[in-house]
Amino acid sequence: MKPAVLTGEHYITGDIACAEGAIAAGCLFFGAYPITPATEIAEHMAERLPDIGGTFIQMEDEIAAIASILGAAWTGVKSMTATSGPGFSLMMENLGFGVCTETPCVIVNVQRTGPSTGLPTMTGQGDMMQARWGSHGDYELIALAPSSPQDCFHQTIRAFNLSEKYRVPVLIMSDEIVGHMSEKVVIPEASEIHLVDRPKPTGRKDRFKLYEADPNGVAPMPAIGEGYNIHVTGLTHDERGYPAMNVEAQEAMMTRIKGKIQGNLDDIIETESYRMEDAEIVIVSYGISVRTGLAAVDQAREMGYKAGLLRLVTVWPFPEAMIREIATRVKGFITVEINLGQIHYEVERCSGGKAPAFLVGSAGGKIIHPDKVIACIQEKF
Amino acid sequence: MTINPKKLAKQPEHPLDDLIRTERIPHIWCPGCGIGTAFSSCLSAIKATGIPYNKFTMVSGIGCSARGAGYIKLDSFHTTHGRAIPFASGIKMAKPDLKVIVFSGDGDLFAIGGNHFIHAARRNMDLTVICVNNLTYGMTGGQCAATTPNKAKSTTTPLGNPDSPFNLPLLAYAAGASYVARWTILHTRDLTTAINEAIVRKGFSFIEVLSPCPINYGRRNKEKPLDTLRLYQDKTIIKNGADPARADIDFEKGVVIGKFIDIDRSTCDDRYTELHRPCSDD
Repeated sequence: MKPAVLTGEHYITGDIACAEGAIAAGCLFFGAYPITPATEIAEHMAERLPDIGGTFIQMEDEIAAIASILGAAWTGVKSMTATSGPGFSLMMENLGFGVCTETPCVIVNVQRTGPSTGLPTMTGQGDMMQARWGSHGDYELIALAPSSPQDCFHQTIRAFNLSEKYRVPVLIMSDEIVGHMSEKVVIPEASEIHLVDRPKPTGRKDRFKLYEADPNGVAPMPAIGEGYNIHVTGLTHDERGYPAMNVEAQEAMMTRIKGKIQGNLDDIIETESYRMEDAEIVIVSYGISVRTGLAAVDQAREMGYKAGLLRLVTVWPFPEAMIREIATRVKGFITVEINLGQIHYEVERCSGGKAPAFLVGSAGGKIIHPDKVIACIQEKF
Repeated sequence: MTINPKKLAKQPEHPLDDLIRTERIPHIWCPGCGIGTAFSSCLSAIKATGIPYNKFTMVSGIGCSARGAGYIKLDSFHTTHGRAIPFASGIKMAKPDLKVIVFSGDGDLFAIGGNHFIHAARRNMDLTVICVNNLTYGMTGGQCAATTPNKAKSTTTPLGNPDSPFNLPLLAYAAGASYVARWTILHTRDLTTAINEAIVRKGFSFIEVLSPCPINYGRRNKEKPLDTLRLYQDKTIIKNGADPARADIDFEKGVVIGKFIDIDRSTCDDRYTELHRPCSDD
């Protein structure tokens, strides 16, 4: 029997690191359906969870997989699923249910190239806008993009913490290369891992209201069986959680769902900077493409360009204010991503015409070579 | 001459009030609808088990019957269309000591949710699934369902349904359910007993409840509200232990109702514990 936290140095893939991160974060329920290149996460969880008192279940499809983790979350456990493009598409309706009912859970998307079945074994970053807007209606959620196996471990823990703290589904937007590459992963002592649990109600049960928020915008969440007689619905609901078919209830619900994220951006948004102090050309990147960006920055510096890298660790909510501020003092942005323009358009929108924004993208299938970024710098700057 | 009081000082308490979110009444169900009767049987059955209420949870999908989850005073979940069973499976596997009841309609459980139904039955997931079968999509106004009889009229089969309906007890049995029964809302005592048995029986229990939808099914098929109930009385054959293969719904021949299957076999969570959990002396 292995302990929950495998403290030590490991040489493992991003997918395995993601699974170990989940276990270290206290995940005790995993429901999934096999899909390349995310299957290894399910396989690893199937092996590890029963030993530590958790439960793995392979469901009949991805719709059922996300439904199972949402159900499990309401019993009080931390739950997760992992998938890739086609499965992610199938999960969209229940992702919206998770947001609307404010159910904490973590969904890993190890991205491959689309559209449709696409290139199942090859990398891509084409699901970034789907992550933000794929379910119907307006909403807010959180999406993180790991760029290495070590980062997969760390970001999965962070995903659980954010999910619990803000009662929102958190997406881990990994990709095939990050998921399948092996690197050194250092797992710290369990006592050094900071964990967050969802806020629990404390007052009188007969006066409890399911969506009565604390000052940070998040409502305490009871579990099934604790005697609160909760009603949870995907219909527009009032503070009690009861269906309320009117405009006022819709506005109040949306204000809470959006407000708890928008009101805590400083806590949720994480970025990393590399050689940004005096940068005039800002390469914006996330996930595996960060590695392209890092190499390109060094190469451009050697050539005399003042280039820097802004890595989006949190992609959604988007660091709008930061991009707006940077736009006032730089010559321009280059977004590097393995798609034909998704986050690029966000950078362009937030730069507000103050600095030009360019895209170095690709149709997918492989990591972007830094030379393509250098060529863009030479052409545009 | 006496004058009736305008309003009772206090409404008399209903014996099931402790299980109802009375503040949410009146409900949405139409006059002549049978869902309320099926729902009330379900509440009586829950009460009769004597199991503490906080050990129960009700999960539903979308549709008229699925609104039941919003009226029951238990931890209850009104989920997405067709997905009540996988949601309930997640609850059950994460917390196996809970009694998980799925209360939903035929459209929700057998058209959009059909795949989940057969897989949960195959695994013998320890759920009690109650399907109120009114032969149509009531909430959206009477479209053809996977249970609508051949040649029956609906808004999407204005000239008659060209397809054949599912035989739900046969489907449940073939997929592996441990308990399979069918009753109508006219047979409330039998229905209540059946739900009670199904809750107590470990494993995947399925109860089909035939229920009229006079507004959206009866009206288009020359069946007045009382006609449907007469069919339930005159054209049903109570036969416990009947072969589910003979359970097609054909009121001209007669419809078999009763308890078809009641077997004891190990459940999904039992087998998971047995196969995967480490032994205590490990």
